[in-house]
Amino acid sequence: MTRHLFRQTAAGLRMLLVLTVLLGALYPLAVWGVSQLAFHHRAEGSLIHHEGRVVGSSLIGQRFTGRGWFHPRPSAAGAEGYDPRASGASNLGPDNPELLDRVHRRRDAVSHADGVPAAEVPPDALTASASGLDPHVSPDYAHRQAARVADARGLDVRRVTELVDAHTGGRVLGFIGAERVNVLELNLALLAAS
Amino acid sequence: MSDALAGLLTIGVLVLALAAVHVPLGDYLARVYRSERHLPVERFVYRLCRVDPGAQQRWTVYALSLLGFAAVSVLLLYLLLRLQRVLPLSLGHSGLPPSGAFNTAVSFVTNTDWQWYSGEAVMGQLAQLAGLAVQNFLSAATGLAVAVALIRGFVREGTDEIGNFWVDLVRSVIRVLLPLAFLSALLLAACGAVQDFAGAHTFTTLEGGDQTILRGPVASQQAISVLGTNGGGYFNANAAHPYENPTALSNLLQTFLMLLIPSVLPRTFGRLVGSPRHGWVLFAVMAVLWTVGLTLTTVFEATHHGTVPREVGAALEGKETRFGVWNSALFGHSATATSSGANDASYDSFTPLGGGVLLLNMLLGEISPGGIGGGLIGMLVLAVLAVFIAGLMVGRTPEYLGRKIRQREITLVALYVLAMPFAVLVGVGLALAFPGPREAILNPGPHGLTEVLYAFVSAANNNGSAFAGLTSGTTFYNTALALAMLFGRFLPMVLVLALAGSLAAQQRVPVSSGTLPTHQPMFAGLLTGVAVIVTGLTFFPALALGPLAEGLK
Repeated sequence: MTRHLFRQTAAGLRMLLVLTVLLGALYPLAVWGVSQLAFHHRAEGSLIHHEGRVVGSSLIGQRFTGRGWFHPRPSAAGAEGYDPRASGASNLGPDNPELLDRVHRRRDAVSHADGVPAAEVPPDALTASASGLDPHVSPDYAHRQAARVADARGLDVRRVTELVDAHTGGRVLGFIGAERVNVLELNLALLAAS
Repeated sequence: MSDALAGLLTIGVLVLALAAVHVPLGDYLARVYRSERHLPVERFVYRLCRVDPGAQQRWTVYALSLLGFAAVSVLLLYLLLRLQRVLPLSLGHSGLPPSGAFNTAVSFVTNTDWQWYSGEAVMGQLAQLAGLAVQNFLSAATGLAVAVALIRGFVREGTDEIGNFWVDLVRSVIRVLLPLAFLSALLLAACGAVQDFAGAHTFTTLEGGDQTILRGPVASQQAISVLGTNGGGYFNANAAHPYENPTALSNLLQTFLMLLIPSVLPRTFGRLVGSPRHGWVLFAVMAVLWTVGLTLTTVFEATHHGTVPREVGAALEGKETRFGVWNSALFGHSATATSSGANDASYDSFTPLGGGVLLLNMLLGEISPGGIGGGLIGMLVLAVLAVFIAGLMVGRTPEYLGRKIRQREITLVALYVLAMPFAVLVGVGLALAFPGPREAILNPGPHGLTEVLYAFVSAANNNGSAFAGLTSGTTFYNTALALAMLFGRFLPMVLVLALAGSLAAQQRVPVSSGTLPTHQPMFAGLLTGVAVIVTGLTFFPALALGPLAEGLK
C-alpha cells in the first residue's frame, strides 16, 4: 500500500507539472493569441479614447457627480465607488435596516437633484450593483436625469432625450437581458452635442 | 416585451440548447471513456509522466492515485501562493498568509473555488494562470474520473479493477475540457471578456477623476471556471464583473456552460451501462429538481419579496443592469444547483426565500444536476439508497442494474449521505459557539445565521458561492472551511470508489419478477422523494432558523 502511494504520488507530481505547462501556459497563450488577433479591442478591455487619450472602458462604469453629466448607479466598489481595484457588492441583506436607510437617503438625493417625485425614482437609482462597476443604468433612470443635464448644459431637453434614446440598447436578440443605457458613452455623446 | 416574457424566452433558449447537445455530447463522452485507443498527445503525456496507460487499477490504487495527485496539487499550489512575491508576473502582490494560502489551495483542488480574498487585491497573474486556472481543469477532470469509475462498477463483472485514474484524468482534460474551454473562452472574448497580460492602467476619467482598471488573462480562466463547475472569479465581483461577463449573451453562455457537462452525464451513464433509459430516469430527477428550484428562485426575486426589495420596487440591490432580475435568478440558481458557485449577482442581497433556495440547491447534495462528475455520483448513490428503501418497503431484494445492494454497499452509501451534513453541522456549530467567528457576520438577525450556514454548506458541497457579507478571511474560517472542503470532497470520493470496487466484484443478478424496475417514471418519483426527504430531515431545523425565519416573518 505504501509502495503504491509513493509511486502514484510521484506519477501525480509529474502529471501535475506536465499538465500545468499545457493548461497554465499553452492554453491561455493560445486564447490570448487568437483573441488579440480576432477581437483586439475587446481583448484589451474595450477602452474608449477621447481627444487622443484613454478616458475609460465601455464595459466599466465610472463616477460622474456633476449636474451636467448623467450619473451611474450607486456603487459599493471602493470608498467612493467605481474603483476597479475593489470590485464587489454591498452584500447587505434584504431586511437589513442599514440598507433600507441607504435606500431612503438615495431616494431623497435623486428626488432632490433630478426633480423626480420620491415615489417615481427608478429602482436602479436606489440600489448598488453586484460588481460596483455597472456601466449601465435603466432607460427610465437616464430619462429622469435628462431635464437636469439639459438645464446644466443649456441644451434643449428634447435634444438630450434624443441622445438617451439613441444610446438605449435593447435586449440581446430582443429577449436576453435587460434594456440599458451606457452612461459613459451617453456622456461622451453629450459632450459632442454641447 | 415584458420582463417575464423575455425571461421565459431566455430560459426556453437555454433549455433548447442543452437539449440539442444532450445526446451527441453524452454519447461522445461515453466513447471517450470506453475507447481503447490513446491519442498521440496522450501517449506523449503518459511517456513524459512514466505512466502505463494499459495498467488497470483496483479501487484502492485508484483512490491512492487520486489522493496522491490531490496532495501534491494542494502542496504546490500552497507554495505558489505563499511565494508569489519572488515569482514572475506577481504584479507586486506579496505572498498569501499561511491560513489563506491553505484555504485557497484546498478550495481550488477540491473544485470548490471558495474565495476568502479579493482576486484583484491579492493575486498575481502567475498564481491565477499556473495555479488557480490549472486546478480548475484538474479538479473538474478528477470529478469526471470518479464518476466514470463508479459507472464501471455497474458495467464490469467479477473483477477488482475499475479503470486507470491517470487515463481517465488525461482523457477528461484533452478530449473534453480543453477543446470546450478553448472554444468557450473565444466566445467570451468575442463578447468582451478581457484576455490581456498588461498590468494596472490608470487614466483620467471624463469628469476628471482617476480610475485604475485591471486586466488579465480572464477569458481563458472564466471559461474553464464555469465549464468545470468551479466558479472561481478572476476578480472579486466574479461573473458580475463586466470584464468576466460583459453582456447578457455571455451571461447566458456561462449559465449554459455550468449546466452542460453535469446535465449530459446521465446520458453517458445510460450509454455505458447499456441502458439509456436508466440515464433518462436520473436526468428526469435532475431536471425536475432544477425546474422547481428555478421557478421558486425566480418567483421570489421577480416579485421582490423582502423589506428592501419591496421598498425599492425591485430586487436590484447587488444585481447588474445588463442582466436584470430574471437572468440573475437563472444564473444564481444554476450556479448553486451545479456546484459551480459562480455569481453574477450578490447572493447575500437576494430576497430571503430566493437566497434560501440557493442554499437548498446545495443542501440537496448538488444533484440538480450537480457538479461535474459529482452530480451524477450523488444521484447514483441516492438511486442505490432508493432501491434499498423500496426493497424494505415492499419486501423485494434491493438490486440496481443487476447488482445486489448488500450490507457493504448500503454501509458505504449511508456514510456518503452522512458525510456532508456532518461537516456542515459541526462546522456551523463550532462557528456559532465562539464569539470571534460570530463577529464575522455582516447582516443582523436570521440572515446572519444564514451567512454562516451558507459558508459551511458551500464548502462541504464544494460549491464555493457565498453570502459574501461574512468576513471569512480569518484564521478560523480559512482553516475550518478548508477542512470542510477536504472532508466534503475526498471522503465521499473514497467511499464511492470503494462502492465501485464492491459492485464490480459482483456477478450480475438476472432480472426476475422480484426485481424493482429502475428505468421507469415510478422510480424517478421515488428517487426524487428520497432526495428531498434525506435533505429535509437533516437540514429543516437549520433552514427554519435562517431563511425561513427571515422570509416568513
